[in-house]
Amino acid sequence: MEPIDMHRVQEILDTFVNKDVYIHIETTNGAYASHFDHRAYNVGAYVRNAKVRFSRAKLVGNGNVYRAGLKMADGWIYAEGLTDWTMHDDTKLLLAGHDREGRLMVSLQIGTTPFDH
Amino acid sequence: MEKHVVIIYPHPDDESFGAAGTITQFRRQGIPVTYLCGTLGEMGRNMGHPPFANRETLPEIRKKELRKACEILDIDLRLLGYRDKTIEFEDRREVALRLKEHLDAIQPTLVITHYPDYAVHPDHNAYGAAAIEAVGMMAPDTRPEVWAQAIANNHVDVLGKPDIVNDIEDVLDTKVKAILAHRSQASGILDLYHSEDGMPVDVKEETKRNLGQESFYIWRYEN
Repeated sequence: MEPIDMHRVQEILDTFVNKDVYIHIETTNGAYASHFDHRAYNVGAYVRNAKVRFSRAKLVGNGNVYRAGLKMADGWIYAEGLTDWTMHDDTKLLLAGHDREGRLMVSLQIGTTPFDH
Repeated sequence: MEKHVVIIYPHPDDESFGAAGTITQFRRQGIPVTYLCGTLGEMGRNMGHPPFANRETLPEIRKKELRKACEILDIDLRLLGYRDKTIEFEDRREVALRLKEHLDAIQPTLVITHYPDYAVHPDHNAYGAAAIEAVGMMAPDTRPEVWAQAIANNHVDVLGKPDIVNDIEDVLDTKVKAILAHRSQASGILDLYHSEDGMPVDVKEETKRNLGQESFYIWRYEN
């Protein structure tokens, strides 16, 4: 993945507007957080291959870290802490946020076909 | 002497971090070892340091890393195809029956798995419980011995001292090589292991101690 290029990613987000798309959204601090630090909490959630449709998609950020908001007819999809992007199989947009050790903390992925597995 | 050893862990790298030394010692005695790996660790958050994997490329990368580690350890690999982080939500009996099919075919004399409820990761706990159930379904006189590995910080307080504390210093090099084969996952732990400065000594020694010994509880069936 590469550091987010805001203009390029915004262009790609716009291509998914008003289409049925599949999303993968997740956040995690790992399964060992409270094992290595008893004061820490294990927290994580993911949704894989939910089919959604959004009418607006916007990326906002400061040049390093970004937020994405997808406006649907009945609600929102939101992700914060996004730092990197890539295209997977040329058709799927992957956005992710990594910590300083390179570990994934958050991801938001959009494709017109389902993700594997 | 064991005739065939089966390792039942859910993630690529569990075998290398958890039992690579013990596995290597068995292989040096010419004992066949088969690994029934539950998932591909698809939901791991380590992507390499610096990251070279992403959520969608990680499964294939980890599969390749696992095959390489199994070559280094010289063991037979079977992939069970569950999805990372979901084993506890599967039907345990179904998972146990699938494991039992493999065990019936292999007829191992020893099974190594995680100690349910004391193995930290939900997949470890669930897959370990299924493995123990699989062996429990066999007739008592045909059961292999089960060595269960506990990882939770409190395991010695609650379970007492492990029955088997295996000193694997003699094969530590092979263990480190197997761990390093899991390139996307290994950087963190081995940074600790190799770090010469900046790391508190107790953390370093703890890591070295963890790598230099592998311990297990012998599972005792009620009937």
